[in-house]
Amino acid sequence: MENNTDNISAIQTTEVLEKPESQLREMWASLISNKGAVAGLIIIAILTFVAIFGKWLMPYDPNYSDMAISFQPPSTAHWFGTDQLGRDIFSRIIDGTHISLTVGLSAVAISLTIGTILGAVAGYRGGKTDAVIMRFMDMMLAIPSILLAIAFMAALGKGIDKAVIAIGLVSIPEYARIVRGCILSVKENDYVQAAKVVGNKDVRIVFKHIVPNILSSIVVRATLGISTAVLDTSALGFLGLGVQPPFAEWGDMLGRARGFIFSAPHTLVFPGIAITITVLAFNLLGDGLRDALDPKSRKI
Amino acid sequence: MLKYIIKRLLMLIPVLIGVSIIVFVIMRVFSPDPAPIVLGQHATVEMANAWREVNGLNAPLHIQYFNFIKGVITGDLGHSYYTKTPVLEEIFARFPATIELAVSSILFASLFGIIIGAISAVKKNSVFDSAGMVTALIGVSMPIFWLGIILIIIFSGTLHILPSGGRADPLLQPATVTGFFLIDSLLTGNLQSFADTLVHLILPSCALGMYSMAIIARMTRSSMLETLEQDYIRTARAKGVTEGRVIRRHALRNALIPIVTVIGLQFGSLLGGAVLTETVFSWPGIGAYTVNCILKSDFPVVQGVVMLVAITFVIINLIVDVIYAFLDPRIKYSKKEA
Repeated sequence: MENNTDNISAIQTTEVLEKPESQLREMWASLISNKGAVAGLIIIAILTFVAIFGKWLMPYDPNYSDMAISFQPPSTAHWFGTDQLGRDIFSRIIDGTHISLTVGLSAVAISLTIGTILGAVAGYRGGKTDAVIMRFMDMMLAIPSILLAIAFMAALGKGIDKAVIAIGLVSIPEYARIVRGCILSVKENDYVQAAKVVGNKDVRIVFKHIVPNILSSIVVRATLGISTAVLDTSALGFLGLGVQPPFAEWGDMLGRARGFIFSAPHTLVFPGIAITITVLAFNLLGDGLRDALDPKSRKI
Repeated sequence: MLKYIIKRLLMLIPVLIGVSIIVFVIMRVFSPDPAPIVLGQHATVEMANAWREVNGLNAPLHIQYFNFIKGVITGDLGHSYYTKTPVLEEIFARFPATIELAVSSILFASLFGIIIGAISAVKKNSVFDSAGMVTALIGVSMPIFWLGIILIIIFSGTLHILPSGGRADPLLQPATVTGFFLIDSLLTGNLQSFADTLVHLILPSCALGMYSMAIIARMTRSSMLETLEQDYIRTARAKGVTEGRVIRRHALRNALIPIVTVIGLQFGSLLGGAVLTETVFSWPGIGAYTVNCILKSDFPVVQGVVMLVAITFVIINLIVDVIYAFLDPRIKYSKKEA
């Protein structure tokens, strides 16, 4: 049994010591052979393009209101129809792309940075530091994230930057847990011990030697985290707490059109499709990345 | 086992203290002052100050926290700033509605999730497998509130076969015994009301349960695929056990352990999702109500609800761990803990 464990750790060490470039190339090859991941990548590329060049793709000014043409059903003039204020829904959805992507990416950047640092410190230092940090994370996890985000929004006030902070803060525990778990699993490896023996400082060991080796797990989580952040943004928007007008945020569009569910259902269909497609794309890519990084799950 | 359960319940105390501090700090330190919201915009500074004094908001923060904790221990969570009703009364008037919705959603999610996941695993790479997994992928990608809206547009607005919101027809509402309409209507023998409550539960449960169903289906599939490759499955087949029995008794039962974890975790997250579903379906539960209270800085209510939700969440996790022991006789908490 002991022998067996030795063998496993020896295999893990050789895997970890493999050259990063060849590992990356292998990962990429595995990723692009996955149809779902490729579809996800293509959708994300299109969304990024729309987010950057949206201004030139919009047929109308997304904020131009003409009450004479409110609630028009989809037509050749207005592909997705017009909303309660007579604004072109297609133009507003294009305008909303960069908000969703920006909020999603920025929120993940916040939770990823703070979560990684907290998880790394907890996992590496162990003992009391670990106990204090992780118990605090458990407490945050015991409050539903949407309620916590709403409370943060109530405390911080409304707006796009506040939404980013609120959504970023509530996801910290997830990253902290993952990073801590990964660190615990590689901490005892020979290369970490070797780095310690030659007198490297703790911070250097964690960020130069350990984090690069657990980066793959973090990347997978972050990709899937973007989809959660996009969903949370739309949820806050729907409740009227997120990004405020004149910004055309998809969740906010749904929240404001909710009263017209029976009289003008088209106002509620398209923003939801836009959210679903965006979330789907990051989920597909995240799943693909996980399969590419973990050959065991690929088999299944 | 009993020792383990007691130990876990004792661990609830530090978690609750932590949760109370987090909520307290967010609400009392950072949230807007409730005085002008409660008294209206014409209130003078003196009036606002007097109101804060009466509600203990002028005291130093640690005294405020101490008073709050003293209230929690004695079971007095204070009164809502707006309705003046005791917080516990406010909460228990709405909590059954949310629990009824969450339980029916998790039943829907577990039932369909396990069926779809198990069939996908058994018929791996078939049309059913692909369709099931695409459905699951879309299920995790759709915003809960939008799915609710679409279901209302289709089943209420277009087909007119299901109600668009509310817990029951006001005329058919059962007499309150427990607050759970399904139980109350059965206790009072009111079958018409039972049917009406069920019909009202269908759309919100589907909307709230879809995400969990997708997660459970994916978990069941991968867990089943793993178990189906095990030696004991081959042994069972070699012994001539019928395929149906191999799948139900040997594969699914062993695959259930990780699935139960996921179901437990999902039940906890449903309490959060309820906030959105309740808003869409005008469901008179605790979720939509809490959002309102947060926005109006109704401190006592928000603190009470969050504590209650945290307790529920921790207890659900405990129940999941206990169910493990029944599913997997290898896990013996009492021995491990001794």
